[in-house]
Amino acid sequence: MNELQKQYPDEIRQILAKYPPEYKRSAVMPLLHLAQRQNGHVSPSAIDEIAEILDVSPTDVVSVAGFYTLFHLEEGGRYRIQICTDLPCALRGAEHFLKAVCEELGVAVGETTPDGLFTVEEVKCLAACHRAPMFQLQGDGEIAYHEDQTIEKFRALVNDLRRHAQTHKEAA
Amino acid sequence: MSGYVLLRHRDIPDLHKLDVYLANGGFAAFKKAVTAMKPEEVLKEVMDSGLRGRGGAGFPTGVKWSFLPNKIWPHYVVANADESEPGTFKDRELLESNPFQFLEGLMLSCYAVQANVGYVYLRGEFWRIAGQIDGCIADLEAAGLLGEKLYGSDYSLRLYTHLGAGAYICGEETALLESIEGNLGQPRLRPPFPATAGLYGKPTVINNVETLANVPPIIERGAAWYRTFGTEKSPGVKIFSLSGNINKPGNYELPLGTTFRELIYTHGGGIPGGRGVKAIMAAGASSTLILANDQSLDTPMDYESTQQLGAPLGSASVIVIDDSVNIAWLVRKTVNFFKHESCGKCTPCREGTFWMDNIARRLISGQGSLKDIDLLYNVASQMQGKCLCALGEFSTMAVASGIEKFRKDFEALVKT
Repeated sequence: MNELQKQYPDEIRQILAKYPPEYKRSAVMPLLHLAQRQNGHVSPSAIDEIAEILDVSPTDVVSVAGFYTLFHLEEGGRYRIQICTDLPCALRGAEHFLKAVCEELGVAVGETTPDGLFTVEEVKCLAACHRAPMFQLQGDGEIAYHEDQTIEKFRALVNDLRRHAQTHKEAA
Repeated sequence: MSGYVLLRHRDIPDLHKLDVYLANGGFAAFKKAVTAMKPEEVLKEVMDSGLRGRGGAGFPTGVKWSFLPNKIWPHYVVANADESEPGTFKDRELLESNPFQFLEGLMLSCYAVQANVGYVYLRGEFWRIAGQIDGCIADLEAAGLLGEKLYGSDYSLRLYTHLGAGAYICGEETALLESIEGNLGQPRLRPPFPATAGLYGKPTVINNVETLANVPPIIERGAAWYRTFGTEKSPGVKIFSLSGNINKPGNYELPLGTTFRELIYTHGGGIPGGRGVKAIMAAGASSTLILANDQSLDTPMDYESTQQLGAPLGSASVIVIDDSVNIAWLVRKTVNFFKHESCGKCTPCREGTFWMDNIARRLISGQGSLKDIDLLYNVASQMQGKCLCALGEFSTMAVASGIEKFRKDFEALVKT
């Protein structure tokens, strides 16, 4: 048993049960989600472990991870603030909101705050066009939507997350 | 029209809970199908209803189901919950607030084609919703509505969710299948079509969430009832996702054939600041731009009438553009989206979206020339008809129609 199997035996069993036994490669995306749960990115050793579980090469696993935007092969902030600036959101002020968020945190798009907590990312449509400006927060193994945003609401959330991070050093 | 057909949760609190859904007639259609109807009778009812795919293509749903050959087994049904078209957020509301109606539709579809396994492919950003759907499936198993020998029949059915991870292309049905199989989400060359060689090489039906949510009321109340909504060729109700420069953005369930004017002004409350409408995008970022005028505003939103404006209705994600917007800026937005989402498999799309994005960026930054406008139009024209899947084709729609109908907006940005 490798590390991933030791850490999540029940989850891995449930994931594999979804697909025909002869097509267990189907589990590569669910296992990548699982491997990313704790640290917010998929480590090289996790790639090898997933490959071992599924009897595929590590290259197969890393190519899938690289194709999809929600998988991260490199470490980022604990919380990724993913702001949609696609057309419908932009018509409702999303680009101004993005700029205000960057100023608030003192980083540019793609950068991480010095405390390692927040990375600001610009993303494509999240199916929340009617509640723009909006962003999703990817971190601690979860993805949460924050809609009808203002910079005041954003500031309050950031303060909450900073407090949370002081008392909870790691994702649950 | 009184009462909702799809957005019933707006009238019935807590409809996302199984007991509430059951108390409001839930699973009557599925029980009727499994205990009293042959699979082909379910298929015929859906065919007679004239229901057409709500994901964008508008293909008749019953006809799609009928393509599955009876000599190759097993069959699969996959629900496409990858909703990612900019301007579209209708499936999300159904999944969040009326999930059992969608799941019942999926189960009816499975029964009609005698699939014993169905998958729900959700975009990765719907992580929270996927957990909710997993909970719904567990509730259905506990209630004996999913599992072995349902209602004492020989029919067994299991449903599973599969979570994507951020790729618009996975809404394309063959890319979606590749993604479930654990590969890059890149479209397949067709034929063979999924109806004969789909998931794991087996006959597969792929239907949009909204399409499936229409099926339980059709089976319960009949095709003739369903046809009392909409037009002859586009029967039924549709959820219109309204966004952009509009006072009341949101989802509106209306009969197909409702006019743009009624959607924008009666339901959507008009344009902020009382501004004029300049353009309408009826199919999200994939839209051919519609020049707003009395004729287009009074056009009924059904598959045929909208097409007469030269613009497909698609998934009916209506983005309203007011007269303060420069169309060249808008075109850059759409092109940048497609450049980001191009899967890279075929050259016209991978290279074409890259160069369209480059030229459009040059134009809107004031660094372009008149020749760049023609070059941009030329790249779009060269791509058309040459891409492996619809994504590449879609990426050219706003570019070509934008330059054809709003060329002055592009010229205004050129240094003279």
